Amino acid sequence: MMTQAPMTNGQTLATDGFRLDPEDEAAMREEAGHYEQPQAACIEALKIVQRRHGWVPDAAIPAIARVLGIGPGSVEGVATFYSLIFRQPVGRHIILVCDSSSCFLTGFDQLLQALSEQLGIGLGETTADDRFTLLPVCCLGACDGGPAMMIDDHVYGPVAAGDLPDLLESYL
Amino acid sequence: MNSQRQSPVYRSRLLQSASERTPETHPLTWRLRDDGQVVDLKEYEAKDGYLAVRQALNAHDPQAVIATMKEANIRGRGGAGFSAGLKWSLTMQGDDMPRGYIVCNADEMEPGTFKDRLLMEQQPHLLIEGMILAAFANNARYGYIFLRGEYVESARVLADALAEARDAGWLGADIAGSGFDFDMALHTGAGRYICGEETALLNSLEGGRANPRAKPPFPGQSGAWGKPTVVNNVETLCNVPAVILGGAEWYQGLSGGRTEDGGTKLYGASGLVNRPGLWELPIGTSGREILELASGLRDNRQLKAWLPGGASTGFLLPEHLDLPLDFDTVGKEGSRLGTGLITVVTEDQSMVALMRNLEEFFARESCGWCTPCRDGLPWTVKLLSALEHGEGESGDIELLDKLAADCGPGLTFCAHAPGAAMPLETALKHFRHEFEQGIGVKQPMTINEE
Repeated sequence: MMTQAPMTNGQTLATDGFRLDPEDEAAMREEAGHYEQPQAACIEALKIVQRRHGWVPDAAIPAIARVLGIGPGSVEGVATFYSLIFRQPVGRHIILVCDSSSCFLTGFDQLLQALSEQLGIGLGETTADDRFTLLPVCCLGACDGGPAMMIDDHVYGPVAAGDLPDLLESYL
Repeated sequence: MNSQRQSPVYRSRLLQSASERTPETHPLTWRLRDDGQVVDLKEYEAKDGYLAVRQALNAHDPQAVIATMKEANIRGRGGAGFSAGLKWSLTMQGDDMPRGYIVCNADEMEPGTFKDRLLMEQQPHLLIEGMILAAFANNARYGYIFLRGEYVESARVLADALAEARDAGWLGADIAGSGFDFDMALHTGAGRYICGEETALLNSLEGGRANPRAKPPFPGQSGAWGKPTVVNNVETLCNVPAVILGGAEWYQGLSGGRTEDGGTKLYGASGLVNRPGLWELPIGTSGREILELASGLRDNRQLKAWLPGGASTGFLLPEHLDLPLDFDTVGKEGSRLGTGLITVVTEDQSMVALMRNLEEFFARESCGWCTPCRDGLPWTVKLLSALEHGEGESGDIELLDKLAADCGPGLTFCAHAPGAAMPLETALKHFRHEFEQGIGVKQPMTINEE
């Protein structure tokens, strides 16, 4: 006999302090309707949670699993695979700096150094005031504007170190 | 003092003005506006948009569409170069077969590649029309545009265009009075280069981890949810409407006898060129012609090497600049055309540092499914980092040779590892002396010192 209940209904995972917003749950169900099987809405469901909370806390995993009718292990597997699903708190703004070949050849190292100096953090870190998180990203498809980066939904490039003070200032 | 400095907002653009582009010569881009604004439904319809759908669907002959595509010889513009018409002819169809899916691979993430972004951000209806035609030819019930998560602007434009197309009756039941039903949705990803591999893409679409699937069965036999599924790149699908309207012979002729491949190609150049950019040119245009359009290299630098079509293609040399950039010619030189967007490396740039950067990318983006890729690629990064800092040991270069060979075609589930191996093998072949200079004076440690 198993001493613990299997993780199929989410009851063995902590859900303390997390409630799925009814509007988010409805959005997940609508997404699920676009596919032959509801699991396909898994990535979108994680993004829905992330849009509201900034990141995906552990307790959201069983909640999503319940809505989609799949095991929490499947949701967890997806949540840990994709680089744009954040599993720890991040800053209010996400900086994705392109470290792929074209940007590497046009000044990525200098851009990263300038960003690190101005923000006081390295890749994978968040500023102490929770304003920015700095992350590397695969080729942003803006190679004719290298070195390139994104802040939240916007792409910038070519970015010179001198552009950064004004640019960062516009994200409060 | 620099309050007048412009915010460096990036805008996707084609470096050819409308006066240079005609329907007869630029099937992909002739409708694009010089102001870079989206070609909306009204403007698209006024420029012969959805005419190919109206004609083809009302002719009620999907096999004729496939035959035209085969004859036009459009080779996959995502980089693999497989004939789109041949792929379509292998899709399982029949009375005992369920209707399947058409999936657009819009996961553009190949380093050095920025072409599909332009097509989606400025001309979304061309892609939608291409997908309707693909669905008709392959008897697909539903379509998905699998778009990378970072393409926020593309997502916004495509969502608007899908709503416009649906309202106008180009999607839904009985399209253009033909009796053909088809609809589609936008599916956005959440990072990871491997999603661009077509079977990993299907696993991701189904809501799983993006590990590749074993082939066979091919997606055309059993793809999304086990149904026949066609996966095509954005640029490939955007060629379909013009091929249907203009015919295979016209399309073939666009390459102007440069090559056996047909049509035009979005070519581009990035790296330290004066005018990095994107152009629609006859397929088979040479690297030299593209670098001339890019106004040469910055500050009179000299060309050392170039990648013809992304990180997973092999390095070519200045002596290869006059070759026609088509799939077969580039393949014969030990590289691949890939996506056709050139990355330039100049004499003052270190091949060892660049290789370290490329392998860091491939190692990070490996899905971890196959051992040579999961374990071999981080090992190459370690060796390349040591060589970059003059701390390599004798035998390191031979070890890199072996690690690259172990990632070769057929040794892993998908093309990620072979893609990582090709630039490494060609860099080691053409620039071995640069790697040898990274071997330090420090002798390798041995276990039996005395």
